[in-house]
Formats: sequence, C-alpha cells, structure tokens
Amino acid sequence: MRIGLFVTCLGDTLFPEAPRAAVTVLERLGHDVVFPREQTCCGQLHQNSGYLDEAQALARRFARIFGDFDAVVSPSSSCVGAVRELSPEIAPRVFELSEFLVGQLGVEDVAAYFPHRVTYHPTCHSLRVVQVGAAPLRLLRGVRGLELVELPEAAECCGFGGTFAVKNADTSTAMLEDKCRCVLATGAEVVTAVDASCLMQIGGGLSRQGTGIRTMHLAEILAS
Amino acid sequence: MTSFPEAARIALGDSQLRHNLRNATTTIRDKRARVVAEVPDWEELREAGRAIKEDVMRRLDEYLLQFEESVQAAGGQVHWARDAAEANAILLDVARAHDATEVVKVKSLTTDEIGLNEALATGGVRAIETDFAELILQLDGDWPSHILVPAIHRNRSEIRDLFMRTIADGRELSDDPRELAETARLYLREKFLEAKVGVSGANFGVAETGTVVVVESEGNGRMCTTLPPVLVTVLGIEKLVPTFADLEVFLQILPRSSTGERMNPYTSLWTGVTIGDGPQEFHVVLLDNGRTRVLSDEVGRQALHCIRCSACLNVCPVYTRTGGHAYGSVYPGPIGAILTPQLRGVANAKSLPYASTLCGACYEVCPVKIDIPSVLLHLRAQTEKDVAERIAMRALARIFGNARLYEWAQKLARAGERPARRVPGPLAAWTQTRDLKPFAKETFREWWSRERGA
Repeated sequence: MRIGLFVTCLGDTLFPEAPRAAVTVLERLGHDVVFPREQTCCGQLHQNSGYLDEAQALARRFARIFGDFDAVVSPSSSCVGAVRELSPEIAPRVFELSEFLVGQLGVEDVAAYFPHRVTYHPTCHSLRVVQVGAAPLRLLRGVRGLELVELPEAAECCGFGGTFAVKNADTSTAMLEDKCRCVLATGAEVVTAVDASCLMQIGGGLSRQGTGIRTMHLAEILAS
Repeated sequence: MTSFPEAARIALGDSQLRHNLRNATTTIRDKRARVVAEVPDWEELREAGRAIKEDVMRRLDEYLLQFEESVQAAGGQVHWARDAAEANAILLDVARAHDATEVVKVKSLTTDEIGLNEALATGGVRAIETDFAELILQLDGDWPSHILVPAIHRNRSEIRDLFMRTIADGRELSDDPRELAETARLYLREKFLEAKVGVSGANFGVAETGTVVVVESEGNGRMCTTLPPVLVTVLGIEKLVPTFADLEVFLQILPRSSTGERMNPYTSLWTGVTIGDGPQEFHVVLLDNGRTRVLSDEVGRQALHCIRCSACLNVCPVYTRTGGHAYGSVYPGPIGAILTPQLRGVANAKSLPYASTLCGACYEVCPVKIDIPSVLLHLRAQTEKDVAERIAMRALARIFGNARLYEWAQKLARAGERPARRVPGPLAAWTQTRDLKPFAKETFREWWSRERGA
C-alpha cells in the first residue's frame, strides 16, 4: 500500500513533531510512507474565511498531488474533513491517522509506552465531521503505562475555530477558560487530541495560566 | 447593527447572564438528550422532517395556494403580506374594524420579527403578551434572548421587583415562583376575557386542510386562540406542511428537541371557523418578509426548514456564553446566524456568519437536519471582506499555490519571529489571553530532507 503523508501546513510549520510521530508509528507497523514535497495547504483556511475560489484552487492542487496514493493519512481531523468536502474525488482514500490505524489497519496496540496521566479532548471535527468515534481512545488504552482520565464536558468546543479565535477573541477565550478548567479538574499531566490547531488553543491557554500541563498530539504519544 | 464580537464582549461581561445561561441551557440540553435517546427511530424521524420540509420548499407556490383555498373553504380569511409593513397594516385594520384597543398575543417569533407590538402601539392598539416570559420582557421594555426561554437572562428577584412595579396592584410579593406565576395569571385572566382580538403565530399550517397548529406549554395560547371573538394568525410562508398526517413527524420531534419533553402540554389545532365554538372570525396573514429571497438560494434555503425548537442554541458553545441579544435579532444562536443575514441581506448582518467555530454541535441536534455549518460557510463567501484581510488572504493563496514560495515563506516567518508574550498586529487578540506557539526550529519538510534526503 502506497501511503501519502499529508502533514498539513500547520503541522509542517508549527507542529512538526506530530507528522514526524505519524511517520514513526506507520513505519513501526511496517508501512512505507511517502511525503510529497509539493503539498502545502488543503484550502480549509480559505474556505472557512469565505474565500471559496482560492479554497477550490488549493483543493484541486491537493487532489493532483495526492491523487496517486492508495491512502492519504494525516494527523489532523480538521484538515481531513476539509479535504473530504473540497476534494470529493479523492475523499474515500483520505484518512485521519487514528481512524486509519483502527479502521483501515485494524490496529489498536502500536507498541507505545507512555507512563503518564493523560486526558483526551475529542476535537469537534474528529467527533462530528470525520467521525473517528472511539478510535483515539482505543489507541490510548493500548499504550503501556498510560493512565487515561476522562475529561468533563469533553465534547464541547475549545473555542479555536480558525480565525474565530481572533475575530471573536472574547467569546473564544470564554470557551477556552471552560475547557482549561475541565482539563485542570482531571489532574492530568498531558492533554492530547488529534488536531494540532485545537492543541494550539488549549496549550496557549494552559501555558498562559502557568498550569504546567502539556499538550501533545495523539501521534506523539503513540510514537513514544 | 452592532457587530457580533462587540455585542458579545458586553454580554460576556455580565456574570449573572453567563450563570443563568449555563444553568438553563445545560438543563434543557440534558433533558433533550434523554428523551431523544429513548426514541428508536429518531434518525428516521429527522430524515422524514427534513424530506417533508424540502418538498415544501420545492413546491411552496402550490402549497400556499392550496392552504389559502382550504382556509377559505373552512370560513377563514387569507391575507398576503410582502413585508412587515403590509402585515402590520392588516393586523391594525382588523383590530380597528372591531374597535379593539387591546389584543392578546400568543408567544410568537414571527410577530416579533415584524415588530407588530410597536406597529400596533403606533396605531393606538396595545398588544398584551400572555406567555409568562414574554410578559416579563414586555413589562420591562426588554426583548427575548432565547427562542424558547425568552427571559433566560433574568432572575426571579428581578421579576418580583418588576411585577411589584407594574401588575401586582400594590400587593407585596416574594420571589417564590408560584406566587409570581399567580400574579401574572390574575393579571392575564382579565385580559383574556376582555380582549376582542387574539393574535398568534403558528408552528405549522396544513395545506391540505387549512389547519393551523400552535404548540405551547402554559395554556395561554389556548386562551388567546379560543376566548376572543376574533383571531388573527401571522404565518411565515415556510411554516406549511403538505398534509395533516405530516404533523405526526413534527409533533414527535418538536417537543423533544425543544423543551426536552415527550409531549408538550398544549397543542391547539383549528381549521377556519366553527359556528358557535371559539372565534367567529379568523384571519391568516401569510408573511414573506424576505423568505422568497432565502428560498431562491439553493444552499441557504434550508434555513427555512427550521421549526424553532431552539435545540441548536442550547448546544452552541458560542450562544451558551454570549446569550441571544448579541445576535441582534429575534432569531439568535446558530439558526439566527444563518437566518438573519439571509432575511435582512448579508451586508446587513455580516459578522453573524463568523459567530461560530463550525463545531457542528447544532447540525448534530437539529431535528430537521439543517446543515448549519455549511450554510455559514456559504454565507461567509458572500460577505464583503476587509481590504487588508483580502490582500493577506490572496497573498497566502499564492504562497500555498507554490511549494517553493511556501518554503521560502516558512523560512522568512521563522527568521522574523521575536519571542514575545504579547504581539501587535492581527495576532494581538490571540496573545491577550493565550501564549503563541513559536515556529518550529526545523519544519517537517526540513527534517524529512535531512533524514530521507528527498
């Protein structure tokens, strides 16, 4: 199986640890991973900001670059959701990492060891757009040494929402305060999710509040 | 219209409001989840609701004429109103024809949308709101902040003070809800008995039979629609359903989605005039007020499928923080964010399509499956953009369109980065409450080149 890795522009530039971890996990399971260098952004940023022409042009570009792969795998549900909508011609072959591991490869134990107290934030797009279901939790339960603690009001949005975080900064912050309060209540050392964008929001708040709680992408834990 | 972010900032500063909203929306949300979970064919019911509404929108011209004919055949009178002014004029004419100086009203968003109370007042007719929460707001010159729980932003000591100032006839009141309700009841009973004209909106109008349906909890609606000798119903043209049997679907999904009840306490259905029983004169005002424009938009028209249950408000992470007033319309929350810009024109409500994180919670609970996030995106594409933003987004699109340019931009951004707790420019709003994630020292593609050489 030829797997194309879609690292996302955010993952490439700000969170390279997430796509790097995805490479580690997939190769550990014996798969070859290809990184098409031409990739940039899927078009979601432009679509969500109301620039449909630009979004569609980027989506066509994306479909050309990733058109030849058996599977396109990405450590971001939000970007996968956007690709599925904007590039329907390749949609059936594009997967978020946890959904690919559990749903396509049938793997729940990726031989990871992470002896920490972890809470999982199900991001809105993983839950309601890509619908990865319990795949991330099943993978986390398969990690040795990991203590998984339930996040209260888990399914509620963290307040990121792309440009919403800046355009509606006050409302975004009010949502983030509640999310941080719930994370703190778990007593976890690490909060994890399948989207770097939401982790950027949650991590930005936790760090500003000086909580000492780390954010880690799910792929990083699975690669440990 | 104040922009959403500005209005939201004011609302977010009101801790009483945030507390009330949190409590009320969490309670209704949990009740809804429980009663929806016990319906084995919930998804089929949602799909049926969606399909019926889609058919109504596709053949609305036929259904409206059929409805008109059915109402007339049953002894009712039908009026067509292009906009708020025409609808209000019709109502005022009816009131004047009966020398009515007061009319009693069933809680109705549609009449709020057209500003009926104000229009009647200008013509010398006083409209009395008879729903408990609506009465509170009216007595205080306030306006609804939630579709179903209009006074969600008020608490009972405020209501006690208000009633003592207005309708308690000098009696001393406590803030016991029963005593407050009794005070309103005593006041309203007299109004029901005196009124010559009752005014209602409608949840549904049945094209096949001409039947009008009002679904409510308090029984005040039943009073308004049965006691006064004259009844006028203002019906948004999108509220039609084709047949009486279609109500079977909506009367299952509406109360569960709305109040979290299996069945609402009062469902009033009437068809024209029945001699010797109830109002002897019945008028329906079919209201357009921007709806046909919404209908002409293939993506946006699903906003007209809304049955005003308010489930989307109670699950919305934005609404539950800001409350309804921030939306600047009688239609708040996610549904308001797609309905208001379409009814008024996107240019007149351009911040509303952005008042969402696109989390999708609204779509998940909508009993008629309105894809609110998709309509929000559709409307965002129609808003006029800020010049600086447009230039930046076009530049970004060009950078994303060329991998060499993109790599160069990554390097440039990293080189120009200065560690700072607060930054100026477009990211200032981010760094007020959040730390900024620094650029990676080595991008993924640099790592890949170093490790894999390609």
